[in-house]
Amino acid sequence: MLLLAGRRLASMLLIMIVISILLFLAFEGDKLALAGRVLGQYTTLEGKLHWIEENGYNRPLVVRYISWLYGFFTGDWKISAQYNRPVLEFLAPRLANTAILGLCVFIITAVISLILGVLAGINEGGLRDRVISVISVITTSFPEFASGTFLVAIFVFWLDWLPGSSSFTNGFSVKELVLPVAVLVIFNFGYYTRMTRASMAEVMTSQYVRTAILKGLPPRSVVVKHALRNALIAPFTVMILQLNYLLSGIVVTEVFFAYDGFAKAMYDAALFGDTYVVSACAMVAVFVAVLSQFISDVGYTYLNPRIRFA
Amino acid sequence: MTVTSVPATEMPKRRPRFLRILKSIALLRESYVGMFGAVLVLFWLVMAVGADLFPLRDPLAQSAPDLLKPALSLAPDGTTYWLGTDDKGRDILSRLIFGSRLVLFWSVLATVVAYAVGMLLGVMAGYRGGWWDEVISFIGNVFLSFPPMVLFLVILTNFGPTSSMGQYIGSLGVGSTVVSGVIIIVAITFGTAPQVARIVRGLVLDLKTRDYIAAAEVRGESPLYIMLVELLPNARGPLIVDACLRLGYVIIAIAVLGFLSLGLPPPEPDWGKMIAEVRGFGAMGSNAMIWPAMAISSLVLGLNLLADALREISLRD
Repeated sequence: MLLLAGRRLASMLLIMIVISILLFLAFEGDKLALAGRVLGQYTTLEGKLHWIEENGYNRPLVVRYISWLYGFFTGDWKISAQYNRPVLEFLAPRLANTAILGLCVFIITAVISLILGVLAGINEGGLRDRVISVISVITTSFPEFASGTFLVAIFVFWLDWLPGSSSFTNGFSVKELVLPVAVLVIFNFGYYTRMTRASMAEVMTSQYVRTAILKGLPPRSVVVKHALRNALIAPFTVMILQLNYLLSGIVVTEVFFAYDGFAKAMYDAALFGDTYVVSACAMVAVFVAVLSQFISDVGYTYLNPRIRFA
Repeated sequence: MTVTSVPATEMPKRRPRFLRILKSIALLRESYVGMFGAVLVLFWLVMAVGADLFPLRDPLAQSAPDLLKPALSLAPDGTTYWLGTDDKGRDILSRLIFGSRLVLFWSVLATVVAYAVGMLLGVMAGYRGGWWDEVISFIGNVFLSFPPMVLFLVILTNFGPTSSMGQYIGSLGVGSTVVSGVIIIVAITFGTAPQVARIVRGLVLDLKTRDYIAAAEVRGESPLYIMLVELLPNARGPLIVDACLRLGYVIIAIAVLGFLSLGLPPPEPDWGKMIAEVRGFGAMGSNAMIWPAMAISSLVLGLNLLADALREISLRD
């Protein structure tokens, strides 16, 4: 276990460093344009050069990178060029917003897909299985902005039940959270339903479940006590991997609903060329990706007695 | 003891290729869901290929008096806007149909390029093993760890139409659509090829223990021959299903780029951009938003259903 954790940590650090170097190289080169975007397009050349000099963008790339890397590990994430605020202070509330959204989506997706997947997998090939399988393929085919369009047309323009944007301008409100959560759940639950279904169907054909049925146990207790525990290991560990997507992959949903979250901040920063914000975001995203992989591995080992006691 | 040899005439003959393809289509007929998917895909394919043959308006022609008309409304010349018009008075139906040509052309091209790169890397990593595997897998992991949108934006800002590279390509007399299209292909390849490589690597690790690979090695075939002729064709089963699904993802990715106005340049009828263009008009724009959303959902649904049916068929035999 410790060896696994160590290897993961080492490979994560290596990937983070490579990615941050790539990002610094990618956003290098248009310093004058960046100064122009910060100061406005009518600034004089001297003004821009002065801004570049004053904010330390004139130092060689290597020096800037090392100073950023040192700052990153000591908690000084530099100043955002776009907002002229410390990156950490700027990102924290947006991370919190995305965490709220992501957590809601994660819990609802998990509940829906586990229930539907188990119901479908109990009798593979039956009518209920076919209906659930087809529904989950259909919903997965709606990209976020397409289902967002449909939901907005129905619930905002036609029924006028919900607000169409979720920018939380008047403070946090549950009403504004409904549509983004719905869009993400619709796009995601199908995949996990099918995964749960496959796992459940496999367990239902295994020897020990057959034994349990043949010795006359009621079907309910076979499913709940015997099958479920083993069938949920695989889907649950895969679902943990979804956390990564829920942090940085939901750009479209956040842009569509003007949701002031982490993914939108990262997108805006990349458009602006705000190197420090993009790099910090990428580091957070990679960290969460590797962390979720690790939790998923540990969870798999812990939940599966065959591996735990081996 | 006599050795009975099978006369050559009794060997089961390999049926011609087109018969085998017909057989798999016949298998598809058993699955209604798969047939429905095939019909959806075929519908958009016919639309894309035959766009010029239908009596449609010019998809780029603007008409000032007909802004954001609802579906089935009349144009001044007495004809009908079947699906209404967008914010510049352009006919949505003809934009959708000509758009399907763009969507299918660039998404298929991007998928093919991403697949070619991914398969090559995957088969190298799987067959060569050792350092090849370590290096290829690490590079793949780096690109997979990038948040996808940042990867797209990095490529776009460095090679896109506004960058010096893009302007150089543009100065060669290439249209801006082609420049953007090539950028889209590069971006999709960086995002997709590592995943394809990972799948191919797994398949190759299994296949390379087979006897026919050992036979080819003993025969003295070159590694290149073994990789391209012996390994890849035998890994095609799962790859065809994956390609179907991945084409759907690529279509979504291209539409997302269009939606964020990072895709093909403005007058082109890109489906994702069609939604973004009328988003600001609120309820008035909802008609013009719904149709492209339906178009893209139906095409992706068709591909997903088709992939699902193909997987079921391939599991059966």
